[in-house]
Amino acid sequence: MNPLQTSRVAVRALTRNKLRSLLTTLGVVIGVWAVIAMVALGEGAKARVQQSFEAMGSNMLIILPGTSSRGGAMGGFGSLPTLTWDDLKAIRTEAPAVRYAAANLRSAAQLASEDLNWTTQVTGTSPDFFSIRNWGISQGALFSQSDVDSGAKVVVLGQTVVDKLFGPSANPVGQSLRIKNVPFTVVGVLEKKGQSAMGQDNDDTAIIPETTFQSKIQSVGLQKFINGAILVGAASQEATNSALSQVSLLLRDRHHIQPGMDDDFNVRNLTEMASAFESQATTMTLLLALIAAVSLVVGGIGIMNIMLVSVTERTREIGVRMAVGAKPRHILSQFLVEALALSLAGGLIGIALGLVTGQVVAVKAGWPMVVRADVIVLAVTFSALVGVVFGLYPALKASRLDPIDALRYE
Amino acid sequence: MAQPPLISLEQVTKVYKMGEVEVRALRGVSLAIGEGDFVAVMGASGSGKSTLMNIVGCLDRPTSGRYLLDGQEVGNLGRDQLAEIRNRTIGFVFQSFNLLSRTSALENVELPLIYADVPSRERRERAAEALTRVGLGERLDHHPNQLSGGQQQRVAIARALVTRSKLILADEPTGNLDSRSSVEIMALFQELGRSGITIALVTHEPDIAEYAARVVVFKDGRIRSDERHTPKQAVPAADPLEAEEAQA
Repeated sequence: MNPLQTSRVAVRALTRNKLRSLLTTLGVVIGVWAVIAMVALGEGAKARVQQSFEAMGSNMLIILPGTSSRGGAMGGFGSLPTLTWDDLKAIRTEAPAVRYAAANLRSAAQLASEDLNWTTQVTGTSPDFFSIRNWGISQGALFSQSDVDSGAKVVVLGQTVVDKLFGPSANPVGQSLRIKNVPFTVVGVLEKKGQSAMGQDNDDTAIIPETTFQSKIQSVGLQKFINGAILVGAASQEATNSALSQVSLLLRDRHHIQPGMDDDFNVRNLTEMASAFESQATTMTLLLALIAAVSLVVGGIGIMNIMLVSVTERTREIGVRMAVGAKPRHILSQFLVEALALSLAGGLIGIALGLVTGQVVAVKAGWPMVVRADVIVLAVTFSALVGVVFGLYPALKASRLDPIDALRYE
Repeated sequence: MAQPPLISLEQVTKVYKMGEVEVRALRGVSLAIGEGDFVAVMGASGSGKSTLMNIVGCLDRPTSGRYLLDGQEVGNLGRDQLAEIRNRTIGFVFQSFNLLSRTSALENVELPLIYADVPSRERRERAAEALTRVGLGERLDHHPNQLSGGQQQRVAIARALVTRSKLILADEPTGNLDSRSSVEIMALFQELGRSGITIALVTHEPDIAEYAARVVVFKDGRIRSDERHTPKQAVPAADPLEAEEAQA
């Protein structure tokens, strides 16, 4: 008896009791469904975290100025400007693991085009900023170092700001707008980045040279201090940690901080944060998949149960088959294939449902769904395994029946 | 007889253990059945006739003694080998027909050929041929619940014939049939017997045993009598299919 015939016999036996087969399959369907949907959504969450961190900038360190302490009240990071423009220059030139460094001056300001206005975060920085944040241009061009040196009144806009001031399909390059009533020329539009890891709109921004920021936007001139943070781009992801220690040492040295004293600045490693978030998401995915897998096992028990019932019900049929020449292994494979067919059918239906669910959630919740081929293969393999494992005992029981007893069974 | 007998039992015993109690179902049975013989096995229930049929049918193994089927010692073969012998040499006919429900007559008859690894086209041809031989050539696609008892038993006989088995073992084949269908089935057995197939049937009805050429009577695990007589010819009342159709 070849496998094709065995499976044909199995399918016929199963279709004879359609409702029962369907209900038996349901356990595995739900199990596989849950596994696929959970992993797809979990991976989606991970991908989203990755995306938003990539949007923030890869291999990025943020250096915040230190705390102010007046009369014992600690002001928190950034409350006192301790970083100087010379620090920035030193970081760029003296720390070998650092490739880019840029000031990050921020201030909310109103922008006005000819007939519309919009308030957004204005950032003053240098061209390194775009490299650190991995930010390309969709129209026009970025401003250059010479724009920074000359304090040019040029601005690069995020897409959201373009939408608000010029309309979604407009090309604002070359047009002028006013920031705090100072006329600026739009030189470029940034690529869309979407939401940041913290839920902010990355594209709701306007970026101008730091020199221009200092002279036109910032209310108080701080001369040699940077009224904001320094962004540092490490040479590579592996170099972020050494960049961090180099920058710390350099700044401690430059700020004359004695050993044992606290830093008057704070360096944050975004790569580390990203991988922490990622591993969190992975843990969650794993946990969810594990819970889902439990329901798969429950589905397997359902199959075993129904196969045992089936063996009992069909004891006479087994007897007849044995009498006309079926060997124990024929009976074994017949029932095993039935269990396998049940679990595989359940697995396939579950995969289909899981993909549909993932897709629906992805569309409805704007959550990316990542379908991993290996998860599908795993789900199919696992459901097949469930069929074999839980089908084995009933099938063995059937194959070990004594033909005489089986024929006499009422 | 120059030819060795198809069935040869020598001092066969069978002891069952029912918990603590030993049941001696056969207490030394020696019996030879030649090819083409038509034997009726009779006896009260518990006389050992069913045990004998199980052993002869290779469904069970004797506790002691020798059993040669078609010259081959089968008393101590494994389950797989016994299954092969049942498949190739023996056809079973049961009191309750034992057809697979919701399965067509043709597929029921094909069943032994599936386990004999006969390719599907040949299987269908041979099953149809066997069904035609028992007079059901027109009802290949009928399911058991669409057939009368007599017709179901014919399907079972076709299933026993389809592997070209040398031996048909029938356990109370007419037990569930009315008298007219019984005569028809016996006529069919006699016809098969004339074509050279050996038939052994268990019955407790003396008038069914009359159709056999030889009657072996069992009592308390032993053969009490073994007699030959001229079999009564089974003559069906009318063409069975037509008669039934006329009724319907």
